[in-house]
Amino acid sequence: MTTITRPRRSRLHRKEHQAALLFVAIPVIGFLLFTLFPLLFSVYASFTNWNGISAPVFKGLDNYTKMFGDRYFLKSLWNTLFMMIGIPVGLVISLALALAMNRKMRGTTFFRTVYYLPVISSIAAVAILWQWAFNGDFGLINQGLGLIGIEGPNWLQDTSTVKPALIIMAVWKGLGYSMLLYLAALQSVPRYLYEAASLDGATAWQQFRHITIPMVRPVTFFLIVTSIIGGSQIFVEINIMTPTGGPEFESASIVWYIWQKAFDNLQMGYASAMSVVLGLLVFTITFIQFRLNRRNQFSID
Amino acid sequence: MSAQNVITTPPLEPAGAIPAAAGRGPSGPSRGSGQRSAKAGLKLGNLITTLILSVGAVIMIAPLAWTFSTSLKTKDGVFELPPQWIPDPFVWENYARIWTAGPLLTGIQNSLIVACSVTIIGSLTSALAAFAFAKMRMPFKNVLFLGLLSGLMIPFPTLMIPQFTIFASIGWVDTLLPLIVPGLFGNIIMIFFLRQFLNSIPDSIVEAARIDGASYLQIFWTLIMPAIRPALAAQFILWFMAVWNDYLAPIIYLNSPGTQTLQLVIANFNAQYAIQTDYPLIMAASFIALLPVLIVFIVFQRQIIESIALSGSKG
Repeated sequence: MTTITRPRRSRLHRKEHQAALLFVAIPVIGFLLFTLFPLLFSVYASFTNWNGISAPVFKGLDNYTKMFGDRYFLKSLWNTLFMMIGIPVGLVISLALALAMNRKMRGTTFFRTVYYLPVISSIAAVAILWQWAFNGDFGLINQGLGLIGIEGPNWLQDTSTVKPALIIMAVWKGLGYSMLLYLAALQSVPRYLYEAASLDGATAWQQFRHITIPMVRPVTFFLIVTSIIGGSQIFVEINIMTPTGGPEFESASIVWYIWQKAFDNLQMGYASAMSVVLGLLVFTITFIQFRLNRRNQFSID
Repeated sequence: MSAQNVITTPPLEPAGAIPAAAGRGPSGPSRGSGQRSAKAGLKLGNLITTLILSVGAVIMIAPLAWTFSTSLKTKDGVFELPPQWIPDPFVWENYARIWTAGPLLTGIQNSLIVACSVTIIGSLTSALAAFAFAKMRMPFKNVLFLGLLSGLMIPFPTLMIPQFTIFASIGWVDTLLPLIVPGLFGNIIMIFFLRQFLNSIPDSIVEAARIDGASYLQIFWTLIMPAIRPALAAQFILWFMAVWNDYLAPIIYLNSPGTQTLQLVIANFNAQYAIQTDYPLIMAASFIALLPVLIVFIVFQRQIIESIALSGSKG
């Protein structure tokens, strides 16, 4: 044992405080440099005319008023929202899959792995292979459709099919993730609830409707919010599969348009304004989630 | 960037009271001969479920299999109708051609440099911060932690323009540094989960070590690091895959072929060789780009799946 001359308690605390602050200093500095400062700068730049090279010129709300008269911005906003149709579709399918895999039977681990593969695959590679799969003449999709006698469209070149094509791909890619979370939620539902219900004569549908759905509601909510946040930032697949924003700008998303304005047209002020609008959107959704989440937890305590 | 960059977590517990399950039916399932037929019904149900899941699995795998199949075809074999699922002949040579057709190798190197340096150093800084947040006394602890968490609410596209101009002003554009340096400062998602994990470890072990005269760094290294290893490993793998697969940040910063990461290289393959309709080459390169992460996933799938299920459901 070392003999320690008993230091005063406050000194001991001070030492601990210093060490602790030192340990958290690195992420905090990173946050200030790479999140807070850029955020403030973005907000500032959104009120200016700025090409990224010369000094920004203050223009007040010009960019914001321009934005809502910009046909392309509104179109990309609409496209982004439209492509979120895939979210409820994906949730329904993944819940069904999770229910199927929640049965006690062989092979569920294998299926889980297979359904999860697209989730971990690189989005760039996935976009490339789906672009090929959507090829009008030789793609996998149209050949599959050909088997049942349907002549498929030239998916990515056709204004009416380019968004559905992107939705199909997004559902395919995201299915495994929501399935996994649903599966975890299902496995934590106490068995006695179902037993009690079936003793009371509830049908399978009634059990699903009144036990399963309420029990997985927190996960559903979480998935909806994270999917909306992710969906509002859709970019890579559009950049790769439809490099020009699709036929008649039909697949351009907000982030794609911001990226094009900022780094192709060097309209950094205008692009910043759009990125601030996007940020507000995401912030609002996340904030609502945090609040509702807290209320959820609160109601349990 | 995917949904994974948001951590907020739903509680697994039910939000409210569970509605009383259905109205009271006339009676329970009839007893007697039910036992055996119920078992048979279960078996049939399993069979049908397996069938449906198998069809689904084929749909999930088909695009990946199609990619691999295409990568082994001749340039013209791709356009054959009806299509061949099994290439005839097998053109393994495509996998030799890709290395000279574009900077694939430097792409892999660059991706490795970025992903390794970010995740190795970033995990250390994250773990240190998580230790401080979970087990040490400090002023403004909650304010700092919530401040960091609030950063998660801000999407990368909102920050990318200023970040770009910052890095441009110090001449880092077209180098790997803008992709590496921000990550070195740690990852708030990782800090969050490691802190959660540490909360389940009693404070007394830290205090005991303090009384024995260990410094905080010693405690971190000899007690905390071994304790958080499973959580750290899972988060490390997830982060590695996220950095490896990243596309938006690289496409902003990198222009010249020598600095591009793997994802950009294959995207350029796609743009360049589609004009020449050399699809086998594109697919071979894409398959190579998919492979590392697929292997990592298949090797560590239990840990990965557990930690994802956990991250979505607890917290």
